[in-house]
Amino acid sequence: MGIELDVKSFDDALKILSKDYKIFAPIRLKGKGAFSDTDLVTYGEISSYKDIELNEKSRYSPKEVIYPITQTLFYFTEDEYREPEIDDKRIIVFLRPCDANSYLKLDNIFLKNGPYEDNYYKRLRDKVKFFVIECTKGFSTCFCVSTGSNKFLDYDVFFRFDNDKITCDVKNDEFSYAFSGKEVEFAPEFIEKNEIDVKLPDIDKISQNLEYVFNHELWDEYTKRCIACGRCTASCPTCSCFSMQDIFYKDNPKCGERRRVWASCMIDGFTDVAGGHSYRQKYGERMRFKVMHKIYDYKKRFGTTMCIGCGRCDDVCPEYISFIKIVSKVTDAVER
Amino acid sequence: MTNVYMQRKAEIISIIPQTDIDYTFRLKSDILPQHGQFLQVSIPKIGEAPISISDYTDEYIELTIRKVGTVTDTIHELKPGDFLFIRGPYGHGFPVENFKNKNVVIAAGGTGLAPVKSIINRYNRNPKEIKNLNILVGFKSPKDILFEDEIKKWEKSFDVLLTVDNGDETWTGNTGLITKFVPELKIENPNDTIVIVVGPPMMMKFTCLEFLKRGIPEENIWVSFERKMSCGIGKCGHCKINETYVCLEGPVFNYTKSKQLLD
Repeated sequence: MGIELDVKSFDDALKILSKDYKIFAPIRLKGKGAFSDTDLVTYGEISSYKDIELNEKSRYSPKEVIYPITQTLFYFTEDEYREPEIDDKRIIVFLRPCDANSYLKLDNIFLKNGPYEDNYYKRLRDKVKFFVIECTKGFSTCFCVSTGSNKFLDYDVFFRFDNDKITCDVKNDEFSYAFSGKEVEFAPEFIEKNEIDVKLPDIDKISQNLEYVFNHELWDEYTKRCIACGRCTASCPTCSCFSMQDIFYKDNPKCGERRRVWASCMIDGFTDVAGGHSYRQKYGERMRFKVMHKIYDYKKRFGTTMCIGCGRCDDVCPEYISFIKIVSKVTDAVER
Repeated sequence: MTNVYMQRKAEIISIIPQTDIDYTFRLKSDILPQHGQFLQVSIPKIGEAPISISDYTDEYIELTIRKVGTVTDTIHELKPGDFLFIRGPYGHGFPVENFKNKNVVIAAGGTGLAPVKSIINRYNRNPKEIKNLNILVGFKSPKDILFEDEIKKWEKSFDVLLTVDNGDETWTGNTGLITKFVPELKIENPNDTIVIVVGPPMMMKFTCLEFLKRGIPEENIWVSFERKMSCGIGKCGHCKINETYVCLEGPVFNYTKSKQLLD
């Protein structure tokens, strides 16, 4: 059973929930886009229905809710260091099924890879509740069906936004108190076919032809076209790499912070080691590393493809490089 | 919740200059690492870097650090009595249990000698653990030679071949790359010989190939990789090669694995 809401009752629910939760959703920032007079659709805190941008794909993903671009790990003073406090409030994220799946991909790295859980990630991740936005049409560069990320059933509340008519399915009883309205028949729907169908390569076939794929001429094109700006990885909901950064304050050099900041395999300096050596200097080699991570070696390690098929990397590339086309080329190469 | 990024204080007991830019820092510590493991070493407000452990006892550990960047430049300014901050040890070391009663050859280039120094000293203390030890060490020039005093000590117990890429007018020893000397090495039974190769990437690649030519089975060759790391615990992605995280599965790899690590 679902509950039918109008805008007022939806806003009332947000108001009730906001006492205990910070609520994030895709929002539109007027004039903040990459080009003159364009808007930026990204994730931010909301307080009412009118704040949510439902008609356009967000340029950045909801990953920064649990994995901030810059995160202070320690504050240092002269002779001690201290972990920063975090907000007591729990977190609600309105997100599409693909993006909800991306959280599970990040979990593999931050919680399951290696012998330790990353506590900075975990303490935010444990607070998150999924308010999934029904997505049955997708956008022109989406291919979530191909990556198996079109469905997400482990939601807390599921929403269908049909103009000003809102229907929801409250799966987690914890939220029942906030939503009241007419009970209606409701079954969540998921997109079954994208405009784009991408055939992912068989990872066993890649394993059998690893050197062939790695040395394939297809990567050379990206040495010429890619400018290593890292936009694709900044917009990707599953990219999780970071660098450490220590700073001290100008007005008191005895105090400072250790931060972690998003980093990327596409940008200069990522693989530098002592003595001036670095790996993957050609941009085509970096592209190969990124693409293979998304579709091949992450799957070998965790049993699931890393890419969720949101297509943001294609949307944001200033050189019009298409990840989708690269994946197709890899598939063609291994099935030669 | 345990904070895995939390470091602990370690007092510098002594500093032993090796060259103009390589110092060995002896820190008070009861860490007993595997040979070849590394620590994340930091100075608050400056930064953190992965450093291999060059030697240890149950009272101290030694880190041989080259002055090559912001963190290491600052470490080189420290004095005995100052503190470094450490977390670890991380990664897998050399499986020395499997090397017992074998012939062992260690080929190290430059600072690559640091992560294997503790193994050499282990065999120096317990020579009966293995059949014999051959050491090949190469440096760029005579002024780059590390652990000179210890190399002299090792020469008393083992076959040591020290070479420099380019000598100077005072240099009377060997010149040339390590690869030049591998064909001349006395290897009686390749199947019973363990080879450890550590150094710059090119040196490791071609040195391994030379040992393969000598009939050493691939599975008898061990290498140690150097990669940038920000976490050391499989999160930050810097050290990743394909599906392998050098910080987790390495830095020590068997050749059969390392040859698959295309980068």
